[in-house]
Amino acid sequence: MLLAALTAACLCLSIALPAQQPSPASPYTVVARDGRRPLATRVFGGQEMFALDDLARLFNLAVREDAAAGGISITSGTQSVVLSQQQPLASVSGRMISLPTAAVRDGRAWYVPVDFVSRALAPIHSTKLELRKPSRLLLVGDIRMPRVAARVEPLGSITRVTLEVAPPTPHTVTQDGQQRLIVRFEADALDAPDIRAGATTDTLQNIRAGDTPQAITIDLGPRFASFRAADQPGPAGSTRIVIDLVAQTEAPPPAGGQPPASGQAPAPAAPPAQPETPPLLDLPPAGGLRTIVIDAGHGGDDTGVKGEKGTLEKNVTLSVARRLKASIETRLGVRVLLTRDGDQSVASDQRAALANNNKADLFISLHANASVRPGVAGIEVFYLTLEGYGAEAQRLATGRADSLPVLGGGTRDIEITPWEMAQARHLDQSAAFARAVEAALRDRVTMSPRALQQAPLRVLVGVNMPAVLVEMGFLTNPQEEQQLAGDERQNTIVQALVDGVLRYRSSTQGTR
Amino acid sequence: MMDRRRLAIAGFVVFGLLAGWALFFGLPHWYASRQAQVQAGTAAAPPPPAAPGAPVRKITATLYYVAEDGMALAPVQRDVPFGATVPEQARAIVEAQLAPPAGTTPPLVSAIPPDVKLRDVYLTERGDAFVDLSSEIVSKHPGGSLDEIFTVYSIVNALTVNLPAITRVQILVDGKEVDTLAGHVDLRHPLAKSLDWVVHESH
Repeated sequence: MLLAALTAACLCLSIALPAQQPSPASPYTVVARDGRRPLATRVFGGQEMFALDDLARLFNLAVREDAAAGGISITSGTQSVVLSQQQPLASVSGRMISLPTAAVRDGRAWYVPVDFVSRALAPIHSTKLELRKPSRLLLVGDIRMPRVAARVEPLGSITRVTLEVAPPTPHTVTQDGQQRLIVRFEADALDAPDIRAGATTDTLQNIRAGDTPQAITIDLGPRFASFRAADQPGPAGSTRIVIDLVAQTEAPPPAGGQPPASGQAPAPAAPPAQPETPPLLDLPPAGGLRTIVIDAGHGGDDTGVKGEKGTLEKNVTLSVARRLKASIETRLGVRVLLTRDGDQSVASDQRAALANNNKADLFISLHANASVRPGVAGIEVFYLTLEGYGAEAQRLATGRADSLPVLGGGTRDIEITPWEMAQARHLDQSAAFARAVEAALRDRVTMSPRALQQAPLRVLVGVNMPAVLVEMGFLTNPQEEQQLAGDERQNTIVQALVDGVLRYRSSTQGTR
Repeated sequence: MMDRRRLAIAGFVVFGLLAGWALFFGLPHWYASRQAQVQAGTAAAPPPPAAPGAPVRKITATLYYVAEDGMALAPVQRDVPFGATVPEQARAIVEAQLAPPAGTTPPLVSAIPPDVKLRDVYLTERGDAFVDLSSEIVSKHPGGSLDEIFTVYSIVNALTVNLPAITRVQILVDGKEVDTLAGHVDLRHPLAKSLDWVVHESH
């Protein structure tokens, strides 16, 4: 008797509960060869669901409820899925798959979680089904609809627009008058729901969906002079279209942007007074610098410092590293390598090895700081100390050679530096580089009271070239967290670091 | 006649076996267990054995906390339990340094994340101390170069400043050598005392 009452109560609840919280979520869009149509969803217990009847109509499914076995059988062509009525499970052609939640019954209709389409229906359906949850799309059949996201980096006289396209899709970039560029893709449509510029410059006003569903329009600013576009491989099966918008120069110089050919006089270093409008190339790729390695700290599971608002150190370091690479390459014409160009973990030794194997001339490691006291703020520049590494390291730093016997008699002085102590040889240069970087930063941003420091830092020990580690600010300080997450502060730091490299280079010119 | 002789021989053999067992197995066993009891006694009770209710013997040691401006470690004089030997005293100092600082005004802030346990302290003849900490020192560390430097040097300095017998300190985590705590300070070697990170006036 009691049992029956309880069961009845449960049944009532299970029917009443879902009915209480139907929520008006915006519908998915089903995109097929013959057009688009909306597909409504409802939210039950925090999970977004499709009505099984809607799916049956769309995809010609036969749905049969087997009350005795507690299942729902869904057949498409010759294959079928059996969906459990109580558990978040389904059997797809005999294989068990799990779902985020069990099917829900509301009145006479059954609802299934949206993931049911990708996990259970797609494997048995005769035409291709692709569910894109972030853009709320369901692609049916062979629809070419690449995802496109835009990023804008103001780099002095150049504004760099990067379109990340996945999967890679053939495209053209054309100029339409003086007002806009059009990027046209060989696709059926674009998956770029909220594409926008995010930042405007005097050569870029906006990025928006194009006049046709296959195009994106870039609205140009009043100082736009010319553009150049190039494709680069992007992370994980994507491609990057890098479009540089070049601004007009005030007084038309000898065209071409190259410095005038001079016999032996070294070209002057960039004037640090006007970092906002740097020339395209400050110097030919000489002057002692050929390769610079930029190390974005942390990555992958190692998130680094986490700010109160959720800013992760690993993301800030990667973002600044990418901007710095672009800026150094365009302004100094120096090759730049990143120790990581994605969100992956990289061991300290691997970071040093990349720099050493590529014979880099400088190594810049980017980090963000933390303090148990939230008031602490400011940028700090570190280089290595060998205090604490013992007498052997000190001997390496002073550069005393070992005398070794040579075949045929006599001795020869050979300097042996263990690979893991490679930095020992470069401490003086690292100190000079750190001072240059610190001075360039001090001109632009607030520094920590201890702006220039030495510490036994792991990532620097094995680096066989002048090396610094820049702590770009404290993510534990609410104000600095907000600044570091934004474009403005990141670009300021990039400008300062480029300037620091230039100052270091001019200080060493003639000594190399 | 024969029987009595046999009995005597058998008696000797049995006695010999018993004596042999006692000499080679029983005695060492008893002695070892007694030793263990003695050691356990000294380890558990602070020496000298305190009378019930008598105060535990203490020494004053310098411990390190993050200074008010967050830019350095501030030395603070604290009472820590007395340890009869260097390893015991080292253990007591590290344990005091790991413990959350008790109420003072303005409140002290530790550079060591909460819940870190001291697993053990080992000492070599060269004066290197190995401080074996539980994995919370890594998993609960907020990261950042400055904070990691403070974490490391509050432990390194607490030992090297208070115990002249210890010249360098290497931090182990769960009994193993580690590269770093949070990606910055190189912990593959023992580190010497560094007062670069310490403010000079005492609290």
